[in-house]
Amino acid sequence: MEGRQENPIIELQDICKYFPGVKALDNANLQVYPGEVHALMGENGAGKSTLIKVIAGVHRIDSGTYKINGEDAKISCPADAKAKAISVIYQELNMISDLTVAENIFFGNYPKKGKGLVDWEKINADARKILQELDVDIDPMMKVGYLPVGKQQLVEIAKSLATNPKILIMDEPTSALSKKEIEHLYTIIGKLKAKGVAIIYVSHKLDEIYAVTDTITVMRDGKYIGTGKTCELDEPALIKMMVGHAVKNIEARESVKEGHIVLDVQGLNTDHVRDISFCIKEGEVVGFAGLMGAGRTELARGVIGADKKLSGKIYIEGKELPSNSVSKAKAAGIGLVPEDRKLSGIIAKESVGFNISIASLNQLKKGFVVSGELEREEIQKQVVNLGIKTSSDKIFVETLSGGNQQKVILARWLMKENLKVLIIDEPTRGIDIGAKAEIYKILDQLAQKGISIMLISSELPEIINLCDRVYVMNNGRIKGELNSDEDIITQEKVLHLAI
Amino acid sequence: MRKGIKKIFSYEQFSLVAVLIIMCILAAILAPVFLTGNNIMNVLRSSSLNLITSCGMVLILLLGEMDMSVGAIQGFIGVFSVMVLNATGSVFAAILFTIFVGAVLGLFNGLLVTKGGINSLIATLGTMSIFRGIAYVSTGGVSLQISNETFRILGAGNLGFLPVPLIIAVFIVFLFWFVLKKTVFGRYIYAIGGNTEASELAGIPVQKIKLTCFIISGVLAAFTALTLASRLNSGQPSAGDGFEFNVVSAVVLGGVSLNGGKGNISGAVLGVLILAVLSNILTLMNVSSFYQQIARGVVILIAVYLDERKRKSAEKKLLQAKIA
Repeated sequence: MEGRQENPIIELQDICKYFPGVKALDNANLQVYPGEVHALMGENGAGKSTLIKVIAGVHRIDSGTYKINGEDAKISCPADAKAKAISVIYQELNMISDLTVAENIFFGNYPKKGKGLVDWEKINADARKILQELDVDIDPMMKVGYLPVGKQQLVEIAKSLATNPKILIMDEPTSALSKKEIEHLYTIIGKLKAKGVAIIYVSHKLDEIYAVTDTITVMRDGKYIGTGKTCELDEPALIKMMVGHAVKNIEARESVKEGHIVLDVQGLNTDHVRDISFCIKEGEVVGFAGLMGAGRTELARGVIGADKKLSGKIYIEGKELPSNSVSKAKAAGIGLVPEDRKLSGIIAKESVGFNISIASLNQLKKGFVVSGELEREEIQKQVVNLGIKTSSDKIFVETLSGGNQQKVILARWLMKENLKVLIIDEPTRGIDIGAKAEIYKILDQLAQKGISIMLISSELPEIINLCDRVYVMNNGRIKGELNSDEDIITQEKVLHLAI
Repeated sequence: MRKGIKKIFSYEQFSLVAVLIIMCILAAILAPVFLTGNNIMNVLRSSSLNLITSCGMVLILLLGEMDMSVGAIQGFIGVFSVMVLNATGSVFAAILFTIFVGAVLGLFNGLLVTKGGINSLIATLGTMSIFRGIAYVSTGGVSLQISNETFRILGAGNLGFLPVPLIIAVFIVFLFWFVLKKTVFGRYIYAIGGNTEASELAGIPVQKIKLTCFIISGVLAAFTALTLASRLNSGQPSAGDGFEFNVVSAVVLGGVSLNGGKGNISGAVLGVLILAVLSNILTLMNVSSFYQQIARGVVILIAVYLDERKRKSAEKKLLQAKIA
């Protein structure tokens, strides 16, 4: 760690940032040295994103000092930050899918030749060089839209490397990557480190933090909590810093013994899944594991009738479900909490209450009219039960944090009277640790109430600890079933089937 | 008191109400005739057609769809309903026929959009041309005279001092205000316009709701056609030419978003009234109808621009709160 003797390349001291009604940053500090991978951790709403945006010039600070190489940074817009060789890879992909990989990499600063003509040969050649340096096998002439999400993420990384950054900020860079691609990312980070690039690494995933970072700074409620060497901070200590108190690991659930079969799927085929047969008993939590693209989300869509059924039968408590109608599946008692909250979960421009009651309006009717009183009551009940943190149920749902939005979608289904099967796709994606634990608790309570849960998750600890049984999928098919009664479900067993 | 005033100012459609009031004051100054009962009733009578159709258009726009065929339906229904009226001599038969055929035309639009998967703007531009064409073909381009005195009441009659079409329009406006505000159906429309994919996955029968809204739009446009035919005392294949633009502009002026999910009936009503008063002022001041078109366009552009600015600033505030 020779970096330690140098001066920090980036130094933020007592940064405060106010937004209408909130203090987003409250004396935040951060010091990053060249050649260092510095983890920035904290729960959602801890101020990490705001701090990153301050560094990147998206937000201007209200007080405090921001220095680069010991001098006042003088960054007041993103272009300033770019000029100081700061590059940010945001969590959400910023790709234009109809442009090629090379065009995306150089988007915004195409090399030119002559008067305003784009030098296409140079773009493609340079892009190829950058991709080769990253050891990524992607054709630069390919349109980005045709690439799988993991590859797109790598292009995003290539794009930011094209600017030759000295300070590179990565915000949850692995959320779309497979295990192999994550390993690859680690190698890339190693190379950048050797070149003296300072990397700020934001992630919720502890295993990544321990695998790749040198130093950790923890934030909470916009405040600086502490900084330490990664090798000296163990997991419980780190979590304690993040949440302010120690959180236990995911507790393994009591397994259900015998219940009758509630959801029975026999030989289901859609355009995306093949020959799927499985069942879920009353009060059982059944996991669906597999790699990205294994067909789990598509299976969920097939079960509720959002994707066209080609053949097969689906029964709810012995009664056959009508084909291809989500509303009929809902009437029969199936609900889906989708993977992509923003795209297919919340109705962003409507209120929290609107989003909660939308699937249960028919039971809130008095005559032709939705009873406002009854509705408010029921919404309030859900808000309290699930601990949804919101100043009122009248505010736009998109102002809530990810975890609370997820609870809103859960509440939407819990409000339904005859809910029998709840399908939950990646329930804790992009959610902070505290909220995760709450979601697990809610799932457990639901199962105890007799609701059958189909849990789709890429986080193996979730699958292993929460599920009574696990189906592992690969390439649109169920590859195997693991039962916690018969033997212990381990990550190795799941992965063995998944690959 | 101060609180009350503040509440009025923060009211979503305050600016529209203010514009309407200012325009009325201006009108009264520029052309004193404006304030006579006769003139006001005339303005309301002619806007009632727009009011009725705009209720359907609000539903369609809230879904994030578009219905360009409402003008052509006026020509189509105008011709065929008058044929039925003249053949049977029964106003009741004509009304029934109108509602039925309006529903069928709306259903046709709806099926093209839901089952056919055609973009609704394009689909209804197509049917607009087809409906209009059929209307012309069936009469050879000439208009059909009506010889039924009872039928005149529908468009030209008065109940007390109130025009009959206005009474009908007010009834329909309240009906749809209620539907959007209070019923499950109304809630679903907002949900679908806000996020179609999420609504689908929440078990809302998206296709059914869309079909229903297109049918409603067709029926309302058809009913407007009948009212117009009654007022003109003839069925004209060219009736309602450009009407769809007037309705869409009024509704958009009233703050209903073309992207769906945002807006309401009261905004649309204000939009219709503002455009009606504007054209009335210009007519009273003897401004040629050519200039009126220009003025109308300018007003719409300004209104939509202001609305867009308001939306952007609201979004910015939201974003900042969210980042925090």
